[in-house]
Amino acid sequence: MMEAVLEKIKEEVKNKKECLSHSIVICAGTGCIANGAMEVHAALAEYINKNNLPLTLTLKEELPEEGKDPVLLSKSGCQGFCQVGPLVTIEPNGILYTKVKAENAQDIIEKTILKGEVIEDLLYKEPATGRSCQSHRDIPFYTRQERTVLKSCGNIDPENIGDYIYSGGYEAARDMILNKEPQEVCDIMKDAGLRGRGGGGFATGRKWELALRQDTDEKYIICNGDEGDPGAFMDRSVMEGNPHAVLEGMIIAAKACGGTEGQIYVRMEYPLAVERINIAIEEARAHGYLGKGIFGSDFDFDIFVMEGAGAFVCGEASAMTESIMGRRGMPRVKPPRTAEQGLWGKPTVVNNVETLACVPLIAAKGAEEYRKVGTDGSPGTKTFALTGHVANTGLIEVPFGTTLREIIFNIGGGVLNSKGEIDNDDFKAVQIGGPSGGCLIEEHLDIPLDFDSLKTVGAMVGSGGLVVMNKSTCMVQIARFFMKFTQSESCGKCVPCREGTRQILELIDDVAQGRGTMETLDLLEDLCETVAESSLCGLGKSAPSPVLSTMQQFREEWEAHVKDMTCPTGNCKDLVSYAITADLCKGCTACKRACPVGAIEGAVKQAHTIDEEKCIRCGACVDTCRFNAITVGGN
Amino acid sequence: MATPTMTAEKLHNFSKVCEILDRFDRLPSKIIPILQAVQEEYRYLPEEILTFVATSLGISPARVFGIATFYSHFSLEPKGKYIIKVCDGTACHVKGSSGLIETIQRELKLSEKEHTTPDLLFTLETVSCLGACGLAPAVVINDKVYGQVSNKQMSELIAEYKAMEA
Amino acid sequence: MNKAETITINGKVVPLEGEKNLLSVIRKAGVEMPTFCYHSELSVYGACRLCIVDIEGRGIDTSCSTPPRAGMSIKTHTPKLRKMRKTLIELLLANHDTSCTSCDKSSACKLKDLAADLGVKEIPFKKTREPRKPDLLSPSLLRYPDKCVLCGDCVRYCNEIQGVGAIDFAYRGEDVVVTPAFNKSLAQVDCINCGQCAAVCPTGAIVPRSEIDDVWSALADESKTVVAQIAPAVRAALGEMFNMPASSVTLGKIMAALKYIGFKEVYDTSFGADLTVMEETNEYLERRRAGDNKTMFTSCCPGWVKYAEQFHPDLIPQLSSCMSPQGMVGSLSKKLLSQTEGKSEKDIVMVSIMPCTAKKFEKDREELSRDGSPLVDYVLTTQELGKMIKEAGIVFEDIAPAAADLPFGLYSEAGLGFGATAGVSEAVARYASRALNNQELSSYEPVTNEDFPFWKEAIIDEDNVKIRIAVVAGLGNTEKLIEKINAREVSYDLVEVMACPDGCVAGAGQPVSYDHGIADKRKTALKNAGKITPIHCPEDNPYIQRIYEKMLGSKPGSHEAHELVHTKYQSRKRIDNDSMELAVTDHEAPVEINVCVGTSCFLRGSQDILSGMTAKIDQEGWKDRINLKATFCSENCSHGPTVTVGEKKMHKTSLDSVVAEVEEQLGLVTSRK
Repeated sequence: MMEAVLEKIKEEVKNKKECLSHSIVICAGTGCIANGAMEVHAALAEYINKNNLPLTLTLKEELPEEGKDPVLLSKSGCQGFCQVGPLVTIEPNGILYTKVKAENAQDIIEKTILKGEVIEDLLYKEPATGRSCQSHRDIPFYTRQERTVLKSCGNIDPENIGDYIYSGGYEAARDMILNKEPQEVCDIMKDAGLRGRGGGGFATGRKWELALRQDTDEKYIICNGDEGDPGAFMDRSVMEGNPHAVLEGMIIAAKACGGTEGQIYVRMEYPLAVERINIAIEEARAHGYLGKGIFGSDFDFDIFVMEGAGAFVCGEASAMTESIMGRRGMPRVKPPRTAEQGLWGKPTVVNNVETLACVPLIAAKGAEEYRKVGTDGSPGTKTFALTGHVANTGLIEVPFGTTLREIIFNIGGGVLNSKGEIDNDDFKAVQIGGPSGGCLIEEHLDIPLDFDSLKTVGAMVGSGGLVVMNKSTCMVQIARFFMKFTQSESCGKCVPCREGTRQILELIDDVAQGRGTMETLDLLEDLCETVAESSLCGLGKSAPSPVLSTMQQFREEWEAHVKDMTCPTGNCKDLVSYAITADLCKGCTACKRACPVGAIEGAVKQAHTIDEEKCIRCGACVDTCRFNAITVGGN
Repeated sequence: MATPTMTAEKLHNFSKVCEILDRFDRLPSKIIPILQAVQEEYRYLPEEILTFVATSLGISPARVFGIATFYSHFSLEPKGKYIIKVCDGTACHVKGSSGLIETIQRELKLSEKEHTTPDLLFTLETVSCLGACGLAPAVVINDKVYGQVSNKQMSELIAEYKAMEA
Repeated sequence: MNKAETITINGKVVPLEGEKNLLSVIRKAGVEMPTFCYHSELSVYGACRLCIVDIEGRGIDTSCSTPPRAGMSIKTHTPKLRKMRKTLIELLLANHDTSCTSCDKSSACKLKDLAADLGVKEIPFKKTREPRKPDLLSPSLLRYPDKCVLCGDCVRYCNEIQGVGAIDFAYRGEDVVVTPAFNKSLAQVDCINCGQCAAVCPTGAIVPRSEIDDVWSALADESKTVVAQIAPAVRAALGEMFNMPASSVTLGKIMAALKYIGFKEVYDTSFGADLTVMEETNEYLERRRAGDNKTMFTSCCPGWVKYAEQFHPDLIPQLSSCMSPQGMVGSLSKKLLSQTEGKSEKDIVMVSIMPCTAKKFEKDREELSRDGSPLVDYVLTTQELGKMIKEAGIVFEDIAPAAADLPFGLYSEAGLGFGATAGVSEAVARYASRALNNQELSSYEPVTNEDFPFWKEAIIDEDNVKIRIAVVAGLGNTEKLIEKINAREVSYDLVEVMACPDGCVAGAGQPVSYDHGIADKRKTALKNAGKITPIHCPEDNPYIQRIYEKMLGSKPGSHEAHELVHTKYQSRKRIDNDSMELAVTDHEAPVEINVCVGTSCFLRGSQDILSGMTAKIDQEGWKDRINLKATFCSENCSHGPTVTVGEKKMHKTSLDSVVAEVEEQLGLVTSRK
């Protein structure tokens, strides 16, 4: 088909944008939507439409009504700072309002749009200093990042291909399709040193080359959007916020290895991502960028979406191909590798969402330019989901080589203690790489984060979850949490993963519940080693990492559980008991009311007591006591 | 006894199943999207329908059963009208999702084994990560996301939904 | 081949000879390598992880899944690998049902042997699973899920070789089980009882059902006359249980042991095979004479018969109507014995000794009974017979041989040939040649079909005998053959089907063996035994002649023969579940419509009728007058789509014909112009 010419569209969008007096961009990522972004969107639209204002509302840059100022109201993808959402940005000034509610619509229109005033109450205030920040450019959370992959997520309307084209989109793909040989495309990625963002860090260009060398009629390009690590949501944000970048990356991948069909496998928990990708595919097809003879060439390539059905293991490439073929998502033995024999026995390239989103950027600016950011071994940037006990949680992007110290204390704004206050001394550890990764501690804070350096300290980039933990966190419990996750997501095929992870969990429970001995720890380590070395796929092989890494970094804490039968942080319920210090108790009855099981006795203004038999150790009493009268101790 | 509305629903559902099979050209490889669509109609996967789907696609019922039990999204038992998904991802876990689960179990008299209330109103599920870590702890009831939910708010939410049905 | 490529195993140089994986090279080198999930005839699964090796420069990986590359250096039994293997076994044993002493598989359990070999003493791990219920409903096979190591051999065999898929993996992670659909029993699904799942099972998770106790009870019951018959393949395998070479044929010893155990008469199923040759050949020729040119399929394999009934009901008329040899011997001997013993047939107990688990199902077929009493009462497998012999304290190696009883004890080489593939078809072809050409067939050597290597064929064209024969074993192969026949890409007059690859010698009732060459050894033994048989042709068997004279109307295909040694088949539901109720009304006299959506009817468009009907009900407002149900088989597949409206069963229906019938029954015909 005749493709829509990029330059023409770009020009049209530009003309329209120039007519606008203002544009209001509402972050419509899952986080902001949950906080009411769509209600804000509706309220703003309604206010403009219902009141006789000198404004006319436009949703997709239509031509303005005579004599009125056109205001564009658009939705963007996730801007990363979900914690203070819904986010509303007003251009051209770039004013950023946070925690906006529907009832703020009137003020925003009347004051900011019509009078150019800034609404102080809606500005972000730095928690440490209380300083107001007027735009993204003033907020350390943003200024200290290097947003390239995520940049467009917050800028463009993911449901409008024109916006993507306006930002230069699809030019790289067109160039690759029309002007490059497959090998040249592989070479660009190899030169750029692009490595898979899904976890392993395998060189993307080499993977493509392997597929390119296979001589078959059909080859598949799969985009792995089955992001399932608990605590990671980078891929979701990219799919929701910049779906065309993913499509463009896939088109370039197809050119590089001779791909004939693409599949995007998206986790079922991401309905918005599915919806937006489907819209993007429709738009791209309508423009002639997908389908037969794309960009006017003789190259055919189309993309289809498959929704996962709830199995973490399908993030493993061979399990994913099994799932797409309508089977149980059980990984198969390798060789042959997926790039040699994957979907339907044909060469199949499986790339992660973020990796694919990097591809058009590299293709556009060239390997050399790309290499200017990041480290030698790991060029470019990496997105992380920063969560846990940290002041600013959200989605961030930094160059490889950035230190954890920079991420946690500057971008993240510092560690939160259990009272929710910033207290950097309360830093205990940061878990990186999710269920396949490990814990890093104080001494690791200054190592540059990249694929290789993390491996040397027993962690991995993984998919990029960063969970900051303060000193109230029990490392046995953290190990248990991740092990429970992998264990329940094991496909059950191979013995070490199916039976081993279950027994690891049992042994951790022995430790956490006071049945452990030093032998338990030895057995645990041995078993972890067997599971790690003999499992069939990456899920099993990396499953013991969180256990081994916490045992390595926090040996004393583990030993305290078995030697002294205490949980130093008081998290292991079977190893702690709650007691009320009679001297401190004022008999206010607050704890008695808070106790969900009626375990606290005592008359008003008299010291209360806790019935250990009834107590479920939920800690509700501790949280309510204003006199620090309730202590948590060892058994 | 079957009421006329039930009958109408069954007829409707069944013609939907036939439609779904046609939509996917009866390709055995499309079994997963087919089951997803069927579950959308029935809120679960009834045994007879699975057998019917298996026969229509020419795959063995044992294989279909294997697929339906592999993926956690599929349910072979009827689910409640409201599906409460509590995120137990890392961030939510650290911020107290287990308390929410306990609260819901207590309020709805559910347990580790019992996920659906007898009146088929509520089903409790835990999911590994909703990808809404910025809102931890997060809960989704049907399609609506609730962020930074406290135990107390959770109880109130349940009461709200119950009131809607009363 | 270029200069010898080699790899190094434990320091020893081993040449590569085109092996597909390291495991084969390792085993070739004489190194024991334990596996649960590797079978050369099945796909590589890689789940048990026992065959891990240390590959220099690459680390630890499974040898079953690693292609050998020249120059590799591997170690197979380092302390670390041994420790890991031991841990893997301990992990499996933690939740294993360790009632080993009473397990049927006790003497041939790979898990038990490995635990002993690896020095497993105490299991450091806990039991973490609730016990699972065994499945004891099938007449042929018992399943004990708690003994399963989930190697999946059974699943892959059932799917890849047999194409049945009666069992599969279900659930995930630690909950994974091998199970029939919906956790039903094997008895309630499309299992064909071939038992190959049990034969490949390394543990006692699937075992043949034992009828030993019932047989002992019958033997102890003085009011009964208990007799036995033994199938051809049994004699070539039983010796394996008594440490005799795999090629020994122990018929005389078996007969003596059976007598010792207390069977009044001992017969040979090969007699029934002789009779089958006569009847089946006659049937074939009769069909041709009657102008029926369709392929005829043999029917002596009960696994195949059930398969055909479930998956190809349209082929039922093409199945030979001959009873299987066990049925024939049961039928005739019961009739004869009831006269000579002066007893009711109910008091004569026929025990078949078979290499087969499906025979256990076959004996329960209604068609194989007379006046409410079965023609065969019990079926013992070769394994069970071995156990009974041991239980009776017989020193099998030393027992002096005895002869079978007459008339059903004498047989020809042809009848004995039924024990392996191509035996049945060879006998039929040779008999036909003698009958029509008055001379012996020049040769019978089925060769692999050039285009489709899944079966063998023998194209016979000698004077009056022009028969195109296909010989196929394994139901996966059979399915391909049927496909090609239906597509008219090939055509055959006679197809011999055996459900088990290699035929009865490799039946699931035979002694457990993990030796891949065992079937060939048994085949050779049987062949040699045939050569020394004095009678070569069934028609020369004097007792066959006598039985025809006395009981079967003096000639094959007589009325009496049809009465006594021919049978019928029925189309069968694949799975036991409820019909789908699509519209149910509480109207006092609703019209009930049952639309069959079984495989066969479905292909014939029953779904169009269903959806058309649902639309029609909606449109006409018949909701409260009609019960509409979809059933999974009305068992009338050759005339599908089958729809029952009220009392009326309609075949080859269309939406219009069903609607017309419904309108008629609703009394709408006159009122609607």
